[in-house]
Amino acid sequence: MKHIISALVENKPGVLAHVAGMFAARGFNIDSLVVGRTEDPDLSRMTIVVIGDDRIVEQVRKQLARIVPVVKVQDFVGKPVVMRDLMLVSIAVLPEKRPEVFTLIEMFRGHVVDIGQKTIMVEVSGPETKIEAFIDVCRPYGIKSVARTGTIAMPRQGTGED
Amino acid sequence: MSSEPQAPASAAQAVATVKTGAQIVVDTLVDLGVDTMFGYQGGVVLPVFDRLYDAPIRFYIPRHEQGGCHMADAYARASGKVGVVIATSGPGACNLTTGLGTAMMDSVPLVAITGQVRTELIGNDAFQEADTTGITRPVTKYNSIVKDVKNLERTIREAFYIASTGRPGPVLIDLPVDVSFAKCACNGKAALDLPGYRIRTKGHARQISMAAEAINKAERPVLYVGGGVITANAAEELRLLAQKAHLPVTMTLLGLGSFDQRQPESLDMLGMHGSAYANYAVQECDLLIAIGARFDDRVTGKVATFAPHAKIVHIDIDPASISKNVRVDIPVVGDARHILVELAREVEYRERGPWFAKIAEWKKKHPFRYDKKAKTIKPQYVIDEICRQTNNAAVITTGVGQNQMWSAQFYKFIQPRQLISSGGLGTMGFGLPAAIGAQIARPEATVIDIDGDHSFNMTMTELATAVQYELPIKICILNNGYMGMVRQWQELFYNRRYSCVALKNPDYATVARALGAVGITVEKKEDVPKAITQMLAEKQPCVVDFRVEREENVLPMVPAGKSLSEMEGLAILESMA
Ligand SMILES: Cc1ncc(C[n+]2csc(CCOP(=O)(O)OP(=O)(O)O)c2C)c(N)n1
Ligand SMILES: [Mg+2]
Repeated sequence: MKHIISALVENKPGVLAHVAGMFAARGFNIDSLVVGRTEDPDLSRMTIVVIGDDRIVEQVRKQLARIVPVVKVQDFVGKPVVMRDLMLVSIAVLPEKRPEVFTLIEMFRGHVVDIGQKTIMVEVSGPETKIEAFIDVCRPYGIKSVARTGTIAMPRQGTGED
Repeated sequence: MSSEPQAPASAAQAVATVKTGAQIVVDTLVDLGVDTMFGYQGGVVLPVFDRLYDAPIRFYIPRHEQGGCHMADAYARASGKVGVVIATSGPGACNLTTGLGTAMMDSVPLVAITGQVRTELIGNDAFQEADTTGITRPVTKYNSIVKDVKNLERTIREAFYIASTGRPGPVLIDLPVDVSFAKCACNGKAALDLPGYRIRTKGHARQISMAAEAINKAERPVLYVGGGVITANAAEELRLLAQKAHLPVTMTLLGLGSFDQRQPESLDMLGMHGSAYANYAVQECDLLIAIGARFDDRVTGKVATFAPHAKIVHIDIDPASISKNVRVDIPVVGDARHILVELAREVEYRERGPWFAKIAEWKKKHPFRYDKKAKTIKPQYVIDEICRQTNNAAVITTGVGQNQMWSAQFYKFIQPRQLISSGGLGTMGFGLPAAIGAQIARPEATVIDIDGDHSFNMTMTELATAVQYELPIKICILNNGYMGMVRQWQELFYNRRYSCVALKNPDYATVARALGAVGITVEKKEDVPKAITQMLAEKQPCVVDFRVEREENVLPMVPAGKSLSEMEGLAILESMA
């Protein structure tokens, strides 16, 4: 089962190495790991997607909490959360095929951010399933390259777009 | 944790003096109560050593940084204080790693300071540069590099705090040489800033009540005690609990000393080479109360069949060790001493006649035994005799292997901090430097390293250290000419194919004398008692080379991956009755 773990960490050198090293040493699998700044310049947030049964994820959570510069650890499993992934994808599209592809992009509420002779680059964000679906529909044209951020997440307070 | 209150800025400024980083290091150590240090010189630690020259700190120089780290570790284990070791960058730091790993696995409070190349050279493969924080991250509780002298005092205070609180462990500070030279106004009152470091001391009251209730209901309870009880200085509280509720006590290797093994309630050590009575009791108990122990595989055997009928209570300061290997029914997170006091309040005495009768029967049928009629020197006999002549009161350090297991089986410990052994990492070569560290911590104690020949080979250069500082340590080498424990596995599981398990040993008595120590060789069984008497009387470091039976096995034995009840060697032991 997929768990999204959110860890608030001190913004110090070596913290990422410490967290990544702990995962490697204990044989936990990371699906994705995103680090970014928060509203507090002294703190960063790591969003880690881990796959494992409850027992393993409980260990992950405890082992993370044990790392000195890790301030707070939350597991979002079972809670309503908003999850987002951001992707840049370069698709092989010749000019005559552009209108067709633009329709697809619109359906996925993506943005064209670069148009080349034989390729276009698209920015898409959303839940992982949406990103994957967009990759699937683009596949027949030929995908040149993909860059994804990995999942970030935040618990919901009310309702809204999934 | 709550960070300590910061002194008001005005007051702070008033007493601030300008100091170099090196001076800040030494002044902060002294202020933290450090009076003993271990370590080795080198280019980038010169400024710190210069300030140590006339500091009120006793300094011990090992012959190898690994030895120095083990000394600091054993100093900590023997005294309960934080051990401090310093080494230079690159090779010095690399040489510390085995010692850090040893301390990490056994939760020993240690602070290591390493020199580092100048900040502007870091990352350039400078002379004697190593990525020390990178290399030591998995073998420390925490580490950090100080790049700004303004953070130095606080970082040192944090290191001591982290090393010695919660589940203790080694903390390393990497100190670039330019930071040692840099000057800064320092008031000696830097406040800790550790927003991510929290410790739970008091156990949850409801959990404690549940544990007490389980104890009061249990027909066949067993206390399973690890090193955490010794770390928490909770041996007396353990004794009171065991007495009040009437509970048998088994201990891990690191737990030995937490409960007087001469008491009838003691089941001695459990696990792979534990007593049959402890292992049977664990397998048949209906309640297992683990305290400061971590269900290591050498203790549990096959996890799936460990304590199959038992409800499990686990008292530990480290939440991560709860339900890590074995599902726990009643977890209690907190300091063992606090919790044991609370628990003792709520438990009631119960006779549990049938259970204690069964234990007594197992004890009678399966004591630790060896062939007392043998003509050769049995290693167990040597330990038996050491135990007798020291009245169970010596501080024992060990190597790793058979010597270590026999020490655990045949020396009957009565007090905490009496056995100092590398349990978690199983570091050969620990015994001699550990004896040095322990003797420095406890000058009045009789400190004996019961060692293996090959373990001793690994760090025997530290004998010169013991000679230099006139430490009256005793080293008893159980010289079987083999990596005995490995040979035992080859005998039992590899068809006696003795591949690469025997080295040509030097004559240890001669080596000892060459290094300035006393050396004795014992080849005959009848010479054992008087050699030990002579050894105990020596005021100088003394090495006794006991030429023991070469192919003796440690029994009983639970083969790796088997259940605790599947002990081998019981019939052999019974035949020696
Ligand atoms: C540093 C290190 N290297 C290797 C081992 C693996 N090992 C465990 S016990 C042992 C043999 C120990 O031989 P000795 O010190 O003579 O003790 P004995 O078992 O003969 O009493 C070895 C090689 C270890 N524990 N530590
Ligand atoms: Mg040997």
